[in-house]
Formats: sequence, structure tokens, C-alpha cells
Amino acid sequence: MPDLGLEVLLKGQNMERLLIGLLAALKISLVSVAVSLPLGILLGTLMTWKNPFIKAVLRVYLEIIRIMPQMVLLFLVFFGTTRAFGWDLSGESASVIVFSLWGTAEMSDLVRGALISIPLHQYESGEALGLSKVQIYRYIVVPQTLRRLIPLSINLITRMIKTTSLVLMIGVVEILKVAQQIIEANRTASPNAAFGIYLVVFLLYFFACWPISVAARYLEKRWR
Amino acid sequence: MAGPLLQDVPGQDIACGQALLTMEHVTKRFEESLILDDISLTIQKGEVIVLVGSSGCGKSTMLRCINALEPIQGGIIRLGEEQIDPKSRGLTSIRQKIGMVFQSYELFPHMTVLDNILLAPMKVQKRKKADITEEAVILLERVGLKEKAGCFPRQLSGGQKQRVAIVRALCMHPELMLFDEVTAALDPEMVREVLDVILALAAQGRTMLIVTHEMQFARAVADRVLFLDKGKIIENAPPEEFFENPKTERAKQFLNTFSFETVKGKDKQGK
Ligand SMILES: Nc1ncnc2c1ncn2[C@@H]1O[C@H](COP(=O)(O)OP(=O)(O)O)[C@@H](O)[C@H]1O
Ligand SMILES: [Mg+2]
Repeated sequence: MPDLGLEVLLKGQNMERLLIGLLAALKISLVSVAVSLPLGILLGTLMTWKNPFIKAVLRVYLEIIRIMPQMVLLFLVFFGTTRAFGWDLSGESASVIVFSLWGTAEMSDLVRGALISIPLHQYESGEALGLSKVQIYRYIVVPQTLRRLIPLSINLITRMIKTTSLVLMIGVVEILKVAQQIIEANRTASPNAAFGIYLVVFLLYFFACWPISVAARYLEKRWR
Repeated sequence: MAGPLLQDVPGQDIACGQALLTMEHVTKRFEESLILDDISLTIQKGEVIVLVGSSGCGKSTMLRCINALEPIQGGIIRLGEEQIDPKSRGLTSIRQKIGMVFQSYELFPHMTVLDNILLAPMKVQKRKKADITEEAVILLERVGLKEKAGCFPRQLSGGQKQRVAIVRALCMHPELMLFDEVTAALDPEMVREVLDVILALAAQGRTMLIVTHEMQFARAVADRVLFLDKGKIIENAPPEEFFENPKTERAKQFLNTFSFETVKGKDKQGK
């Protein structure tokens, strides 16, 4: 068995620090998810409306957010706006803003796609049965949209959790940053620690995202 | 599936000789193209009308106008005394009286067969679930699908889906049924099971307007055949007359597309 330097984890409060780091990452992603889902549903629904002005504005927003690497967005919000507007923004807040902007854009596109994938004929066969507009949405369109949306949005949530590892670039101390600090501090005592520590980070991320993936697969099976 | 299908279903009224559907000078345009050109037509209670015409001549559009899925640009459509108008407030109440079955079934994929059938009677007509369920099960049994009540549409064949769609429309107790090429998307061996259901409905005295390309069936089921061409109904005759002695050249040409001349032997003669 090669030396993975796992004993470093047992030293001091290293394991606890890693877990706190994971929580910091999860907190940023979950707050962003909580903002992104409702906003994304709202904007995605607006995108299916006929108003060309709203459509164009939302399209531009979506494209800009998509084209920019998340790292550039983080730098822009954290370093750029604090300089430009002179306000004081913590790394965490900047991260939440960026991930919410990004999550909202992605979510709105998923919602738009799910809504327009309901064939016109489904609305018409509801109309032909005498259902009102509201009833058609409530009993026919929304349930089908949700079924399509849930696996997709869960996928988005796991992507958001994984991508929070970027926030260490603007000085937020999250799990990956803690891992680096631990490895750095033990460089002489356990030079092999990098592999072991990163392996643990991998496992922690895995156990954070895995239940979400399982839930997605379950829902997908149940609601084909 | 022969036999006394679908009898004693409420909503039918066999009193003939009373106009149920009236179209007066109806005009329908899509942008510049005129689809229905000043069409006037009356359907009596209990009548079975078959509407034929070449593809794209406006048959579906006519049915959709009758069900107010399309606005019309001129004329009046009435069901009994009530005017059918896509903008009017009473639209959902009048639509309940018209059952429509589409070519592509259009069952709701996220609901079981039974829930598909129950949705509109429960939510639109506010009838008791137990009553409708009882009726739905009887109707499903008569179209041979009782054991499929708990299935989802994706588990059914095309012919089965189409029979469910018919039952779903019937459970609203419509006064008029519209069928738009309901067998056109089916595999040939499933066509019969669906047409048999419609034949049984005809035998029971329902008022129906049927668009179909099944000419044998049209002949068997129709009281009158209408031929739509270039926005006008240019033939309106009992089936015997329409199929034996069409008055117009266009109808003759149309009917010719359904028959084949034998080619066997001709080749040899030519040589
Ligand atoms: N929503 C629409 N917008 C524009 N043109 C349409 C629309 N629906 C149908 N049409 C046109 O109207 C004509 C009649 O169509 P349809 O009623 O579907 O014919 P049929 O059912 O007899 O085959 C066709 O030429 C079709 O292209
Ligand atoms: Mg058609």
C-alpha cells in the first residue's frame, strides 16, 4: 500500500476543517440554487411569451452569461465592481451573486425548453374538452413541464455545487482551499499528502452530489 | 367487437329533422389564402356526415372552426341556437357539447387512461368522480379496453389510444362528434377496431361529422357525403350517389385516386 499521507487528516482538526470547507462550498451553491430556481422559472416562462422586447433582453442576458467563463464573472464581480463602485463585497457574497446570475440563466433556458416542448396539440385537445386556459396549464402543461424539468434542474444543481470550487480564486476559504492549506502545512512531514487529501475532497464532493443524482434517476424512472 | 356497442350512453338525442349545426356563409383565411369560401351547411340531429377532399383542401380547418380552435373571418357557426365564437365567454360550455377526436390521439401522456377520461368531466362539468368512473369503465369495456384503465398512453397501441380518445370525448356527453382522420396514423390492422367503434356510434344515432380517407367506411357510415374542393362544398349527396355518380369532374378525379387499374397482362400484350 503506497503512502497516501492519510494520517495528516487525523492531525489536529484537519478533517473538521475540510468538512467546514465543504459546508462553505455547499452554502454558496445552495443559496444560489434557492435564488436561481424561482427566478429561472419566472424568466423562462417570460421567454415563451410573445413580447419581442422581453424576449430579446432575456436572450442577450442568457448568451452573455453563457459565453463568459464563470471565473471571469467571478473576477468581474469581485475585483471589478468593488473597484468601480467602491463598495465592499465579501468573497462569499460575490460568489452568491455570480452563481445566482449563472444559475438563473441556465434554469430559464431549461424552463423555456421544457415549456416549448409541450406540443400545441396538447393545449388544443384540452381546449376541445372544454378546459379553461388556467385548467389547461394546471392539469396538462405544468405537470408535463415539471416532469421534464426535474431531472434537468437536478443536473444543474450538481453542476453548480461542483463549480463552486472556483471561488477559492477570489479568496473564499472553501473545501479545496482548505485542502491546499493542509497539504502546504504538512509538506515536509508528509510529502505524499496531496494524493490522499485530494482523494478525500473527491469523496466528500461525491457524497454531496451523489444523493442528488440518485434522486434524479429515481424521478426520471418514475415519471417517464 | 361487433354487437350492441356503446348504447344507452347519455347525451344522445335521436329526434331527427332538427338542425344541430348550422354554418352560414363561413369564410376562413390564413393570411392571403382562402381556405373556406362562403360555406353554408346544416347538419340535422342524428345525421352522420362524411367530409372528403384531397389533402390540404381545408377539411381539418373546417372541423377546427366548428370547435372554435380557429377564428373565422366571416359568417356564423351555430350549435343549436348558440353561436360558436372563439372570443365569446360561453366558449367552454359550448365546447363541452362538441367532442373532437384528432388524428394523433392527443391523450395526456402523464395521466393514466382513466384519468385522461375523468379530467374534463370532473374539472369542467364538476360531476362526481364515482359516477364518471362507473360510466368510463362501462365505455372502456365496450371498446374492449377495460383492463387498460390503469395504463399510461405509452403502454397502448395506436388503435387502443384512439379508442381511449373516443371514450374520453364521449364521457363529456357531446351532442356532436367531430372525427379528423382518426385512422390516418394507424397501422392497417388497427384501422378496423377504431372504425367499428365509430360505426357503433352511428348505429346508435349520434350526430357526427367525420373526415376520413377510408372510402369503404365512408360509404357504410355516411348519411351524406360532402366533397370539399377549393374552399367550396361542391358535392353534397347520399353515399350511393356520390360514389356511383359524382356530378363534378373534380370528384370523379378524386375518387379515381382510390382505385387501381389492373396492370397484369398489359405488359405482355404490348410486346
Ligand atoms: N395555422 C395555419 N397557418 C397557415 N396555413 C395553414 C394553417 N393550418 C392549415 N393551413 C393551410 O390550410 C390549408 C388546409 O389545411 P388543412 O385544413 O389541414 O387541410 P386538410 O385537413 O384538408 O388536409 C393547407 O393548405 C394548409 O397549409
Ligand atoms: Mg387534415
